[in-house]
Amino acid sequence: MRWLEQLRMRIQMLFNRGNATTHLDDELRFHVERQIAENIAAGMSADEARFAAMRSFGNRALLREQARETWSWNWLELLLRDVSYSVRTLMRTPGFAAIAILVMALGIGANVALFTIVRSVLFRPLPFNDPDRLMRLYEQSSDGNFPFNDNAGGVFAEWKKQSQSFRDLAIVSGYGGYNLSGSGGQLPESVRAAAFSWNVLPTLGVQPALGRNFTADDDKLSANPTVLLSWGLWKRRFAGNPSIINQTVLLDAKPYTVIGVMPAWFAYPEAATQLWTPVYYKEPASEINAIDSHDFQVIGRLKPGVTEAQAVSELTLITRRLHNQHLDDPFVSVGANISPLLNSLVGDVKTPLYVLLAATGCLLLIACLNVANLLVARAAARRKEQAIRTALGGSRLRLLRQHLMESLVLSATGGAAGFLLAMAVVEWVVTTRHEMARVEAIHIDGVVVAFGAALIVLCAAFAGLISSYSAKGEHALAALQESTRGSSAGQSRARLRAVLLSLEVGLTVVLLIGAGLLLKSYAQLRSVDLGCTTQNVLKMNLTLPVARYSQVAQRMNFFDALLARVRSVPGVQAAGFVNPTVPGDGYGGDSGFAIAEHPPLKQGQVQYAIHRWIDPGYFGAIGIPILRGRTIDGRQQPGHATEVVISEAFARQNLPGEDPIGKHLLTLGKRRFEIVGVVGDTRYAAGETPQAMMYFPLDSVDDMNDAALVVRSGRDVAQFAMPIQRIVAQMDRDLPVSNVLTMDQVMGRNTLDASFDATLLMIFAALSLLLAAVGLFGVLSYIVAQRTSEIGIRIALGAQREQVLRLMLLDGLWPALFGLGLGLAASAALAQQIQSMLYGTKPLDPAVFVAVAALLLLVALLACMVPAWRASRLDPMQALRTE
Amino acid sequence: MGKPSDLVQGTLDMLILKTLLPEAMHGWAIAKRIQQLSGEVLQVQQGSLYPALHRLEQQAWIKAKWAESETGRQAKFYSLTAAGRKQLEAETANWSRLSAAIDLIVSEA
Repeated sequence: MRWLEQLRMRIQMLFNRGNATTHLDDELRFHVERQIAENIAAGMSADEARFAAMRSFGNRALLREQARETWSWNWLELLLRDVSYSVRTLMRTPGFAAIAILVMALGIGANVALFTIVRSVLFRPLPFNDPDRLMRLYEQSSDGNFPFNDNAGGVFAEWKKQSQSFRDLAIVSGYGGYNLSGSGGQLPESVRAAAFSWNVLPTLGVQPALGRNFTADDDKLSANPTVLLSWGLWKRRFAGNPSIINQTVLLDAKPYTVIGVMPAWFAYPEAATQLWTPVYYKEPASEINAIDSHDFQVIGRLKPGVTEAQAVSELTLITRRLHNQHLDDPFVSVGANISPLLNSLVGDVKTPLYVLLAATGCLLLIACLNVANLLVARAAARRKEQAIRTALGGSRLRLLRQHLMESLVLSATGGAAGFLLAMAVVEWVVTTRHEMARVEAIHIDGVVVAFGAALIVLCAAFAGLISSYSAKGEHALAALQESTRGSSAGQSRARLRAVLLSLEVGLTVVLLIGAGLLLKSYAQLRSVDLGCTTQNVLKMNLTLPVARYSQVAQRMNFFDALLARVRSVPGVQAAGFVNPTVPGDGYGGDSGFAIAEHPPLKQGQVQYAIHRWIDPGYFGAIGIPILRGRTIDGRQQPGHATEVVISEAFARQNLPGEDPIGKHLLTLGKRRFEIVGVVGDTRYAAGETPQAMMYFPLDSVDDMNDAALVVRSGRDVAQFAMPIQRIVAQMDRDLPVSNVLTMDQVMGRNTLDASFDATLLMIFAALSLLLAAVGLFGVLSYIVAQRTSEIGIRIALGAQREQVLRLMLLDGLWPALFGLGLGLAASAALAQQIQSMLYGTKPLDPAVFVAVAALLLLVALLACMVPAWRASRLDPMQALRTE
Repeated sequence: MGKPSDLVQGTLDMLILKTLLPEAMHGWAIAKRIQQLSGEVLQVQQGSLYPALHRLEQQAWIKAKWAESETGRQAKFYSLTAAGRKQLEAETANWSRLSAAIDLIVSEA
């Protein structure tokens, strides 16, 4: 039963400790009284007896401690005592505590936030069944320019028939949208949609949350139209009503039966997708069976035991065989490529995220160095206190433990505040970058909390150990003496602080240079000339539902009528149409062509250019200069257009040294178009070089139902958005407009990534510069305080104020200079890593390096000026009198 | 007055347990009894006594009770538990073995 007794003792010691302490005091007092009584009985006087008893009893406090040490839970009591002591001491210097906690909070918060994002986006597996076996498949173009090209439906069909490496192959059409008609008083809405083959969901291993998936019968051209809704759309527009299943909704004025609702977390191919329809129903047979039109994405699940390399070589074989059977069509791919599905979704953001993670790591290190610096200064100020405690019997281990406990309390408080900061930052990132890949997977979980806790402990250990190192070899006696002229302990501390500061400055320089490079890159990107007017130009996309606008003439009438009405709005200077979109808003697709007057292309030789369809007023509306010839003629019969306008790059690449006007292109299914004009180059994205482009009349193809309306005005163009939308609504009640943006906003979207990364890094660099400046100020003040008597002697012996000033400045600046050197060297070594994020900027850009060095020197000079100036203004008599 | 050495600590435990075998006593009485029984040879310092008593109490070999002492004041009386009795036997046997062994070596001619 001994263990029961022991347990009882332990519980008693845990909860009744105060009581036990009182009893111990009573017990010891009883013993002394009995000893006194015995002494008196032996014949001593009362006082003598008392003295003798006390002397033989020894150090009562020590005795109490020794007895208490045998109690269980002793370690807990010591811990709590250390914590409460640390908290009390920190509260006595609230300024220091506040600064240290703030610095820690920033460092830990930034790291936790970024770790959350990196972990969720890059490392968390996709929420599908066995995601490692899921692959995204690509085709390789025959000219080698597009090794990760989208897939052609006909090639996919061959893969499905012949390939043995995959359990399942499925095809997706990711770039689509529908006009969802309003019902029950709701406005029509343009929603992003994707089209799946019926086996996409089984391949991914996902079931709809409500209802059912498409069956093979739904996935035919002749099937009844069916649709899957996203959870968000179902909640938002259909009030989360489960009876939506088997009801119909109008998409592009056609009724579709709702067969299911997807789970809330499902976001494939992207977070914005809200509807899914069967791809073989949606696409015309000519599109889905074409082997040279790359409009689809293919995913597959590898069979167990099959490697990626095996799969891709098998698919390449099949593709090449197909290519060789159609040598006259150079747009048939020659090979295949493969990438894990996760990688294909997040590959673009990997480098920027890692760079940001490295930057937060730097920031944390700087924060720790800063806090360590502050702790060293604090330890120096408490030398006497430590000496007294050592004299009273505190062991070195005990003092070290207390020191670390203080550092841990600071770190833990800062960490807690940092966690709150991190949650806010993650919220902000998720809302501002809602289009980023896998943004829906970002949330804080147990691993992040554990990571944060580990960071807290690490920071505490780092800062605590460094600052306690400064107190080594301290002689208690020397510390207790009054006059401390030129104490060596102070000097070694000053050196330690200066070294810490150099490291801090070095890291700051690295961050500053990184931020500078990204900022310059962003500025270059922002100032890129798209090739058109970007001021006061508005664009909006319209899609005319095929059900009501099946004829070319109907569409052209609508467009012409709309243009006429828009042009008559006061303030509108010009308007036009373009399909699919304006410069800076994406590639938009290309078509092969041949030049009629040139010799025919050799087999396998491929010529293609980016295609656009326009109305005659487009160039004028968006401000693309017409360099030669004219724009297309609007008076040609719809459906019988034969004109085309080419861009200057086209002329340069394909018709060098000739006059293109009057030549003919064979394209869009071997039709003949006459070149009537050459216009200036435009870029399809801000970071890309201008490519060859061809502009066809809007009515030259049968299935051009969507277009972007471009409107230019003399002043604030954004105010025209609502009036024009109202005009559209008047002309057709069920026609929504989408993607209403000014060209400035289009430019902004192009540069969003660059601006986001540059902004974040700028914030980090600015914070670390501030910390370094404050650190410099603190260290130099400390050095001046240490050398006060020395300075007094110098001045008394005849040193000039300016000499003293210079002396002190140099003392303060050398760690800054050393740190600058370290930082520049480190940046030169690391700058190569961020090359992929830079545009128009070399990693070793001299302008940035010089600017950062100059900025740092200036800040260092300013930070050191105040203490140095104060030192030079010392009254020598006062200086000599202080200790 | 410093920390008692290991050997002394182990033996002190045994002495305390033996002293408590006949009856319950408080700390002062234990010290006096040990002094008496050893013929004034062993004087237990308070610095060793009370830590030992508290340790033994934590180990549940002795248990404590507050009661009125012979002088009329309240004192903490310790008494042996059943487990303590067994521990005493074990330690006594160990001690005999140890001291016999040491004896053998030391008394070799």
